[in-house]
Amino acid sequence: MQDSFDVAVIGAGVTGAAIARRLSEYKLDVALLEKECDVSFGVSKANSGIIHGGFHHSGSTLKGRLEIRGNRMFDQLENELHFPFRRCGILIAAFSTEEMKQVESLYAQGVANQAIGIELCNSDRMLALEPKLNHDVVGGLHAPSGGIIEPYRFVFALVESALKNGVRLITEFEVDRAGRTGDLYDIYAGDRGIKARYVVNAAGLFADKVSKLFGAEEYTIIPRKGEEYLMDREAAALPSRVIFPVPSRVSKGMLVIPTAEGTTMLGPTAEQTGDKTDVSTSEENFERIFYSARRLIPSVSERDIITSFAGVRPTLPENDFFIAVSERRPHFIQAAGIQSPGLTASPAIADYVKDLLKRDGLVLEEDPHYDPEIEPVQRIRNLDIEAIDRLIERDPGYGEIICRCESVSRAEIIDAVRKGHTTLDGVKFYTRAQMGRCQGGFCTFRILKIISEETGIPIDRITKRGRGSYIVGGRIGDFDVAGAGTGRV
Amino acid sequence: MKIRRIDVLVIGAGASGLTSAIKLAEMGYEVSVVERENTLGGILNQCIHSGFGLHYFNEELTGPEFADRLIGLLPDALYLAPNATVDRLIDDENGLGALVFSPESGITRYSSRAIVLAMGCRERNRGNIHIPGSRPSGVYTAGLAQRLVNIEGYIPGKDVVIVGSGDIGLIMARRMSWVGAKVHCVVEIQPYPSGLTRNIVQCLNDFNIPLHLSHVVTKINGNDRVQSVEISPVSREKERGPGSFTVECDTLLLSVGLVPENELTRKFGIAMNHETSGPKVDSRLMTSKPGVFACGNVLHVHDLVDYACEEAERCAKGVDEFLRGVAPETGGPVVSGANVRYVVPGAYNPGSDNRFYLRPMIVKNKSRLSVRAGEVEIYGKNLPHVQPSEMVEATLSKDALKACSGQTLEVRIE
Amino acid sequence: MKRNMTCIACPLGCSLTVEYSEGLDDVTVTGNRCAKGEVYAREEILAPKRTVTATVSLTAGELSRLPVRTDRALEKELIADLLTELYRIEVSAPVAPGDRVLTDFRGTGVNVIATRRCGSRSDE
Repeated sequence: MQDSFDVAVIGAGVTGAAIARRLSEYKLDVALLEKECDVSFGVSKANSGIIHGGFHHSGSTLKGRLEIRGNRMFDQLENELHFPFRRCGILIAAFSTEEMKQVESLYAQGVANQAIGIELCNSDRMLALEPKLNHDVVGGLHAPSGGIIEPYRFVFALVESALKNGVRLITEFEVDRAGRTGDLYDIYAGDRGIKARYVVNAAGLFADKVSKLFGAEEYTIIPRKGEEYLMDREAAALPSRVIFPVPSRVSKGMLVIPTAEGTTMLGPTAEQTGDKTDVSTSEENFERIFYSARRLIPSVSERDIITSFAGVRPTLPENDFFIAVSERRPHFIQAAGIQSPGLTASPAIADYVKDLLKRDGLVLEEDPHYDPEIEPVQRIRNLDIEAIDRLIERDPGYGEIICRCESVSRAEIIDAVRKGHTTLDGVKFYTRAQMGRCQGGFCTFRILKIISEETGIPIDRITKRGRGSYIVGGRIGDFDVAGAGTGRV
Repeated sequence: MKIRRIDVLVIGAGASGLTSAIKLAEMGYEVSVVERENTLGGILNQCIHSGFGLHYFNEELTGPEFADRLIGLLPDALYLAPNATVDRLIDDENGLGALVFSPESGITRYSSRAIVLAMGCRERNRGNIHIPGSRPSGVYTAGLAQRLVNIEGYIPGKDVVIVGSGDIGLIMARRMSWVGAKVHCVVEIQPYPSGLTRNIVQCLNDFNIPLHLSHVVTKINGNDRVQSVEISPVSREKERGPGSFTVECDTLLLSVGLVPENELTRKFGIAMNHETSGPKVDSRLMTSKPGVFACGNVLHVHDLVDYACEEAERCAKGVDEFLRGVAPETGGPVVSGANVRYVVPGAYNPGSDNRFYLRPMIVKNKSRLSVRAGEVEIYGKNLPHVQPSEMVEATLSKDALKACSGQTLEVRIE
Repeated sequence: MKRNMTCIACPLGCSLTVEYSEGLDDVTVTGNRCAKGEVYAREEILAPKRTVTATVSLTAGELSRLPVRTDRALEKELIADLLTELYRIEVSAPVAPGDRVLTDFRGTGVNVIATRRCGSRSDE
C-alpha cells in the first residue's frame, strides 16, 4: 500500500519548503519530496541571501509583485522561525552620470512598487551610509527595506516548521515516473511510490523534466550559473549594507554582501551554462569578481578569501516566474523559473500557490493545532557568557568547541544530526561548522565521529552530500600494499 | 563562572606550549596549560614518521616519541586543562586573563600575571589558493589526511594527487603509498622542490612518484567525489594549453603552507607582523601587550619542532624576567634587508646573546647571511644553500650587540 | 656500472656517484662530504634499507591506532610484507613507547616498537 497525500510538493528548496509550510496551516496531508539526501541542497544552497528592496523589477511582472509582498513578510517569519536575518538595507553605487541616470529610473520603479523608504543619495550621503565605498562614487540609491538572510537556514527552518505541523519529508526521492489512477497521481522514485491528489512542481532546475514526466506543459529551464567568493569574518572590506553596482540588462551585477553571519561575500557572476549540474568556478570569473568588487569597495583583498562556490539559477526564456495551474494536466501546479528574487518572493509564492490550489478545488480548512513557531536553536556564538555557562551546566556538550573558527559546540552538532542532517554539508549548513577560515581542517573528523555515534552509520559510509560523495575510501588494511615501499614495479 | 588565579597561563599543549610550561614550572611559577584537544602533544601525535629531536633531544625520534618525552618532563604541579578552548583573552579590573570553555567545568575565568600564546598554526586550504573547478568530496589538506590515516586509521582515497612538495606533502605521499593508495604525482608551483632532498628520495623516488615542478592544478572535476584534476604548467595557468594534462584520481591532498593561528591574538588588539602572520614581539618574545608572550608556530611557522622548543625555552625566560620586573636592555629594532622575508624577533637586547630566526626569499647556493648596523657588518656567516622553505638561524653575541646598541640592525642574504 | 643518487643520511643531501662492478665486489663512492655518505651509498647498491613507521590496531585504549616504527632500517624489498603484517596485528592497551609489537621480523633482526603511550580505557 502506497501512502496517499492531498498534496505532493516536489522539491525541498526555498520555494517547495515555503509552500509546504504554508499548506501545513490546513488540515491536509502534505508530502515534500526531495531528490537529494537533505533539504536546500540544490539551487537554494548557493543563493546570495539577499532580501531584495523592491526596485529591481517592474510591478508589471509576477516576480516584481511577489518580491514586494515577500519582502514584507520576513519580519514575522523571523519571529516565528528564528533564522539569521537583518534588514541592513541595500545601496546601489553609481560611478558616472550615465549610471546615475539608470539609478534614477530604478528609483522611479521602486517608488511605483511602493518600496518602503527608498531614496536617492548624492555622493556624500552614499559615503556617509558606507564609508568603505570607493570615493569615486557619484551617487546612488538606498533601499532600507532590503536585507540579508542565511538562505539555507531559512529553508531548514521552513521545513522544520512544516514537519512540526504534519508535513512528511521524503528525501532521496527523485521522481522518475508519474501516472494517474482515478483521482490520484502515482509518483515514483525507483521502486518507491506515493499517491497524491494535487501536485506542486517546485523542482527548481529540473522543473521542466518533472513537468514533462507528468505530461504537463513543455518548457525548458535554462541554467544560469553564478560564482561567489566568501571572505573571512575579519575582512576589512565588510560593509554595513549590501552594495550593488548599477545593474546590466541580464543581471543585478556582482555585489559586496555583508552576510547575516558576519562574513563578507562577493558575487555572483551570471553566465549561461549548458549543464544544470555544473557548479564549477573558474579563474576568469575570480578576476572579474574581484575587479568588480574592488570598484565598489577598494579594500576588498584576496588575502581574505575563505572559499568559493557556484550555484545555478533556474531561468525561463521570458525571465519571469511561471506559477500557474497547469492547462494540460488536472490539479498540477507549476512553480517554475524561480530565479532571483525567488528567495525574497518565496513566502509570497507560497501564498500565491495556496490560492491557486484553492481555486483549483482544494478545500483549505484551517488546522487549529497549527503552530507557526519553532524552538530557537541554541548557538553559543550568539549567547553571552552567563547564558553559555548555564547551558554547559545543563548539557556539557555546549562547552566542547568542535569548530573553532565559527565557535560551534558538540551539542549544536548533535542537535543538527538529530534533526536529520547526517552529511558533512548538512551539518555545515545547519551549524556553520567547517564553514570558517580553516574549512574543516580541524573539525571534519570530529564531526564524522559525532554523525557516526548518533546515527550508527560507519564513518566510511558518511558522505559530504549524499550519493557518491564519500569522505574516506577505506580503513588501513583494506588496500593491498604489495609493492608499496620498493618502488620496483 | 569559576575563577582560577595563577602566575602564567599557557594556551596550547603542543611542543611549544608544553616546553614553555615545563620551563616556567621549573622556575617555580604556578602554571596552567589549556588545550582544546583531549590529548597533549598537539600535531606531533599525527607526525608518526621520524626526523624529530636531533637538535633538542640529540636523537632521531618520531613525532609521538618527541611528544612523549616532553609530557614525561611535565611536573606534577602543573595544571592541565584538556578539552578546553580559550574563547577570548581579557584584560579588565581582574587583570590579564582568558575565558575558557570546557565541557567538564563550564566557563572558567583565568587570571594570570602573564600569558604564553602557543596555539600553533593551521593549514592553508583550497580557498586560499582558489583552485577552480567543482566542489566534490575528496579534497583535503595534507594535515587533515594525516590525521585521518595516522590517528584514526582511515584512508582518504585510493588514487591520489598531491599539491605542494613541502615536507608535509612529501611525507604524505609516502604514507599514502604505505597504506596501499596510489600516488599519481606531486604538483609544485615553484621551479624547485620545497622539501628536503632526503624526503624527495625517500618519499617520492622510492615509490617512482613523479614530481611536476612549475605546475599547478587548474581544475578539479567531479560532482560527488573527485574524478580527475587538470594540471598545467605555470605559464599557461590561465588557460588549458598544450602542456596541460588530466590525471584521474579520487583524492587531492593540499600541502600549500601553514598560517599561524592568531584569531585570539588579533581580537585582543595585539600588533601583528604581516609577513609572519604572527604577533610582533620584542627581544623577550613579548607582544605589544605587556605580559602576553608568543612562541612556536603561532609566532612564525617553523620547519623543525626542535627550533620551536628552543624558542619556547627562550620565551619562558622572557616571561620570568617580566615577572621579576627585570626590564630588558633595549638595543633597537631588527629589520629585514635584501632577500629576507622576515626576521624574528624584530628587536634585540644587548644585555645577552640573541638568537634570531629568519626566512630567505631566494634559492641560492653559497650564499651569505649578513647582519649590519649601518654600513658595518656585525655578524656574518656563509650558508651552503638557502631556500624559502628552510629557516635560517643566527645567534648574535652579547658583545657584538653591545657595540652597536641603539642602532637598527638589518639582516640580509646575498 | 655507475649510478647517481642523493644521500639521505642527513638533511644536507649530497649528490653521490657510485661506480660498481657487475658482481658488486668493487664499489667506489664519490661526492660524499662524510663517511655516512659512503655507508649509505654502499648499502643502497647492495641492499637498500629504510626505517618504517606505521600504525597498528589498538584495542581497549583511548586511541584506536598505535603508531609504531622499526628499531632499525629494514631492507626495502621487505617493507610491503612488513606493512601487510602490521596491518593485521592488534595490540591491547596499555602500551608505552618502546614496547615491542613485533620481534625479529623474518629473521632480519628488525623489531617493531610502539612510539606512543596509551592508557587502557578503564584508567580514565
